[in-house]
Amino acid sequence: MNTISIILFIVGAAFDLFGCIGLLRLPDVYNKLQSATKSVTLGTCSILLGLFIHYGFTAVGLKALIAIPILFFTSTVAAHALVRGSYLFGVKLWDKSVIDDYKKVVQISTEGKEVEK
Amino acid sequence: MLDILIYILMGLGFLCFIRVVIGPTMVDRMVAIDIFGILVVGICALLVLKSGRTFLIDVAIAWIMLSFIGTITLAKYLTGKKLDE
Repeated sequence: MNTISIILFIVGAAFDLFGCIGLLRLPDVYNKLQSATKSVTLGTCSILLGLFIHYGFTAVGLKALIAIPILFFTSTVAAHALVRGSYLFGVKLWDKSVIDDYKKVVQISTEGKEVEK
Repeated sequence: MLDILIYILMGLGFLCFIRVVIGPTMVDRMVAIDIFGILVVGICALLVLKSGRTFLIDVAIAWIMLSFIGTITLAKYLTGKKLDE
């Protein structure tokens, strides 16, 4: 097996490990999502890139190369939708959170809807 | 080598399962399910090398899209709106 692909597999598994540790240890929904989505997406993209390097320009390698942007875009969009949905659902931030900028945006948008009615 | 990596990723899936069980809110469980879907894609990509069965990469791509649709549906459910709004 290729040395570069082995290194990419190990790096990907390490990023997955850090992401899942963050999913277990961090206090808040938003912190958990921020840690887990970024790290696990990068780790899985690294594993797929290692598969592409191992197989080269064959059918399996090209499918792995196509799967990388699909995974990247869908994962980030899903994480953004989850954060917005959980904020509008009413999940509180952590006690020691410093700043909450989205609060102003939500207030402005709800006031605008009231004006429309 | 590949065996160890596959076992590590399966153990990480078990950690996600722990978060699904003990998660205090509903959103925690949804986040854990989303992360579990991405981990399964990595396991499928390693199983292609391990077993030599090349259809598993198609399973991985289909799993990405199904996980995306499921997560978007649950997020729309959280905001309290219908799917076509």
